[in-house]
Amino acid sequence: MSETRDRAKGPKTRQTELPGIPPHETEPAPRLPPLEIPAPGEYDDATQKEPVAGPPASLWSDAWADLRTNWIFLISAAIILLFTVMAIAPQLFTSANPRECFLSNSLVRPSAEHWFGFDLQGCDYYARTVYGARVSMSIGVTVTAFAALLAVIMGSLSGYYGGWVDAIIARLTDIWFAIPTILGGIVILSLLGTRGFFQVAFVLIILGWPTMLRLYRSSVISVKEQDYIEAARALGASDFRILSKHILPNAIAPVVIYAAITTGVIISAEAALSFLGVGLQLPAISWGLMISGAQVRILQAPHLLLFPGIFLSLAVFGFILMGDALRDALDPKSR
Amino acid sequence: MGRYLVRRVLQFIPVFIGATFLIFALVFMIPGDPIRALSGDKPLPQSVQDTLRQQYNLDEPLWKQYVLYLGGVAQGDFGEDFRGREVTEIMGDRLPVTAKLALYAFVFEMIIGVAAGIMAGLKKGGFMDNLVRISTLAVISIPIFVLGFIAQLVIGVRFGWLPVSGLREGFMSYIMPAMVLGSVSLAYIARLTRTSLAENMRSDYVRTATSKGLSRRRVVGVHALRNSLIPVITFLGVDLGALMGGAIITEAIFNIPGIGNAVYQATLRQEGTVVVGIVTFLVLVFMISNLLVDALYAVLDPRIRYE
Repeated sequence: MSETRDRAKGPKTRQTELPGIPPHETEPAPRLPPLEIPAPGEYDDATQKEPVAGPPASLWSDAWADLRTNWIFLISAAIILLFTVMAIAPQLFTSANPRECFLSNSLVRPSAEHWFGFDLQGCDYYARTVYGARVSMSIGVTVTAFAALLAVIMGSLSGYYGGWVDAIIARLTDIWFAIPTILGGIVILSLLGTRGFFQVAFVLIILGWPTMLRLYRSSVISVKEQDYIEAARALGASDFRILSKHILPNAIAPVVIYAAITTGVIISAEAALSFLGVGLQLPAISWGLMISGAQVRILQAPHLLLFPGIFLSLAVFGFILMGDALRDALDPKSR
Repeated sequence: MGRYLVRRVLQFIPVFIGATFLIFALVFMIPGDPIRALSGDKPLPQSVQDTLRQQYNLDEPLWKQYVLYLGGVAQGDFGEDFRGREVTEIMGDRLPVTAKLALYAFVFEMIIGVAAGIMAGLKKGGFMDNLVRISTLAVISIPIFVLGFIAQLVIGVRFGWLPVSGLREGFMSYIMPAMVLGSVSLAYIARLTRTSLAENMRSDYVRTATSKGLSRRRVVGVHALRNSLIPVITFLGVDLGALMGGAIITEAIFNIPGIGNAVYQATLRQEGTVVVGIVTFLVLVFMISNLLVDALYAVLDPRIRYE
């Protein structure tokens, strides 16, 4: 970490410090991005005007220093951590088995021993709500990761090469863009006979990637005009190397911000689709399904709606809040 | 300006064909035979099946079915369901309901959203700003169906202020669903207005206006706000898609016989023609409104035109 930070000091020190490295690996821009901890070139003007105390830091280390003391970030990180642990090891939160139900307990209201009460089948509702985190979190993370991957690959091609590649990809995204997510999700998912995790995740990925692609594409276009890209090319770096080592670290910030928000939006979308009966199917344990089941007994047993609703909203809130904090930290223009 | 519009319209055509073909192909790839499903347990005579198949072009290859279908759409014919009811007739029944719902939601989100955004953006970092920031985040985070149920439970049942579901009480019945439907967009509008107003308040032309001695009301209302609302207007195009998606859920919760409900029911019943007809129509509406917003954007912001 300290070595890469030193490298960022400027052209003079860099030359002496890195004698053995082939020329195209040292970057000629004055505020060069260290290979692992980069600074988006497009923000350089904005950041350079500010007097910098101490060693010059990259955007990412700057952002990290910012985030560590930002209470919005800390709260969101705590929420996400809580639900991640809940998804991985629900046993830590409850000793009850969510699938062990006694009909004699049907619709029993919350009590001191059973905080969330029981559902229609007499299952412990707290246990079911806790186990519901797994589906939501894994769908949110899987969909966002794949959509981001797809967006980065296609966005690199589209933004870097331009021309007909760009035109084809742009029309493809336009087509997907013209179909509203929930509407498209309902149409596609209702056609599938069995709907499990993979089907729902797949549909949300194909409906979700175009926005990220557009973000990354425009980010690539602004970064590829930078001098250090020109220099890397002049030094004979291959397209793949330029795209992965030079453009990616500098262009990814908007996608990172958007990915945090998307994770929340996807969790919400999965719940909405399951609620409408075209998402996951029983016996899966999912907040959307639980709320769907609570719908008909909303007057008799409002707790069935309330608890999964709170958990769901809190999980979505965590990710959206994280996106907000990341935007403040990564986009110097908003400061 | 003219060239920009022509380019946008030309881009519109392949995208419309692509999007509608996608939906068409997906829906008609459903395994199973709709004609056989139509007759239930007692199979129809082969000759009747053949006639029906011919009538609905089901004996043609997929691309030709699509071309024939698109030809019909161009003449205002969206096909009919297998009971012989015109899809346009279904849309005629349902569309006014959804349009009204969306309109009320829209008015609600614009008025409250812009007002909240102005209050927050005028004093960035102040109390109102933090309040708006956190409360909009909370609204965005609560899924629309959870919000809908809570509203039903609290406003409809506990206090009895507004009808819980259905449309029997006219305008009153629309208020709660419209508020629920507009809530998420309201939050986005408030945040957009806040960010862009705060940015514009720091700009040179606002400083000039202030130092000319204009009243604060005039500086904010005439100079800063006009420019700040440009991103809000572009959001409205996207918003229409969100309203349509949200309408499906809202109409399901509040039992409103709108177009979202129609498409949802048709999907569950696997009535391909109805689904394709309505979705084609909605995609068309969505794309046209985005086109209009783009044109409006170009009128409002000269930088776009000379791109």
